[in-house]
Formats: sequence, structure tokens, C-alpha cells
Amino acid sequence: MQDLSLHLLDLVQNSITANASLIEISIEEDKKEDWLNIVVEDNGKGMDKETMEKAVDPFYTTRTTRKVGLGLPLFKATAQRCGGDLKIQSTVGQGTKIQIGLKLSHIDRPPFGKMEDTIVSLILCNAEIDFVYSHKTNYGEFILDTREVRKVIGELPINNVEVITWIQSYIREGLNEINGGVL
Amino acid sequence: MKISEIIENIPGKVIAGEEFLDREIKTAYCGDLLSRVMAQGPQDGIWITVQTHTNVIAVATLVEIPCIIVPEDIPIDASTIEKAIEEEIVLISSPLSAFQLAGKLYEMGIGREQ
Repeated sequence: MQDLSLHLLDLVQNSITANASLIEISIEEDKKEDWLNIVVEDNGKGMDKETMEKAVDPFYTTRTTRKVGLGLPLFKATAQRCGGDLKIQSTVGQGTKIQIGLKLSHIDRPPFGKMEDTIVSLILCNAEIDFVYSHKTNYGEFILDTREVRKVIGELPINNVEVITWIQSYIREGLNEINGGVL
Repeated sequence: MKISEIIENIPGKVIAGEEFLDREIKTAYCGDLLSRVMAQGPQDGIWITVQTHTNVIAVATLVEIPCIIVPEDIPIDASTIEKAIEEEIVLISSPLSAFQLAGKLYEMGIGREQ
């Protein structure tokens, strides 16, 4: 994958397929420890132990249209290439938590990519799902919670053009603030 | 051109898929970013990559790539070799760099018509 946001898109797609109604994406960049933590947590249908073990095997997929599934295996390989790893915790009926840790300054670490576009397209295409996106650096933290947004917009749908445009610029400005404009 | 004819002209050894060397190859592709190979990869072509993870075999299966060459004598994960055998993909290891391999293949006339 060219950037981390594409990896994330893949993981969130799994959560959507698992019928999650709430998906939380947390990113923590720790420059002091030189470590990047990414967590995707959902309240979807979860996996049993056997499925969980197979989930990082590229030759395992729940899809019936083809025989390989690369979302988790590719992200795991990226994490391992950057001195880290990917771990899965899951409980049937409760949800799944994917944790990725990797060395922030590793030369092979893909850039974040356009996080605001990724999050916005997720909200746009899955208006019935709530998303929490939090991003933390040594300079600060910002959080987008669509449940909070919904409280403010009242009867307006979350995928209304103006709401979406606002969310996009809110994320962009938030990222700017905690990064000094550099991603 | 058959894989068997190709390997006569490049140094290296067949790691997996010895029994499939009569496969016909028309083109080739160099790339290490698996998502790009998934999008652009050469159906019925040779793929040159420095990646040695099992994901490589999964991508090859997906794109229908019959032969992979790993350059620079990079050690290949045992699980990858196992999967290549299982998925009937020819896996070749060569001391040449990806650039040199691509040059050799091109000289042989592979992929020129594109």
C-alpha cells in the first residue's frame, strides 16, 4: 500500500462487513519513543479464535468471489517491515480490536496519506455507522466523533454536503494543529 | 518464450515449481509495492520483486502470475516456498539485481511488444 490511510480503509472495510455500528480509529504518534500506534476497534460480530488465527493468512478470506484476502496480511507485513507488528483481539458478538505498532521514523514506513479524505469517504459511504477518529501527537490531540456531530446537526443527515465539507476541513485543521502542518 | 528458455540465459536457481518450466511467458513486471502489483501486475508474465513474504504468492495467485524472480540472492521465507509449491508458481532466485534481470529479459525480447 502506498500509504497508511489505504491500509486503514481496508481494515475499516472489514469492520463494516462485520456489521459494526461504531468504528473507532485511534492514531498515536510518539516522537519521543519513536513509535506509531494505530488501533481500529469495532462493535461488529467479532471472530472466534480459529478465524482470528487465520485472519492474517493471505490465503484465508470470508469472500466467496476469490481465494485470497490481503487487508490484514499486507498491513501486518508493513508493520513488521517497520520494526513492529499487528495484533488482533476479538470476541464473538462483541467486536474486534486491531492494534498496529511500528517505528515512526522507519525509512520504509508509508506516509499517512490523505487521512481527511479517507475518513470523509468512510462517513459519506456509511452514513448509518458512527465513527470516532482520534489522532494524537506530542503536540496535542484531536477527536472527531460523528455521534457528537449528529447532536449538533439535528435532523440534517451526516452525509449532507455541507456537513461533510465541514468535517473534512475540521480534520484537516485538526491534523495541521497537532503536526505543525507536516504529515 | 518458455520459462525454461529464460532461465538458460540468467544466473539463478529454481526454488519452486520445477515441473512448470514449460509455461509460456510474454511479459514481465518489476515492483515491490504489492498493492500496485495487484493493480498493474502482468497476467501470464514474470514478476521481479525483492519482497519474500507469503503475501507475494497470494498476489501472484490473484493476478495469475505464473513465475516470480527474487533478485540479489535474497533469502526467501520457507513459508513462501511452501505456498509457491502449493499454488504451482515458479519461484526463481537470482544473484542479479532487479534492474539487471529486467535488462536481460528485455534483451530476450520479453515485454517489448507493449
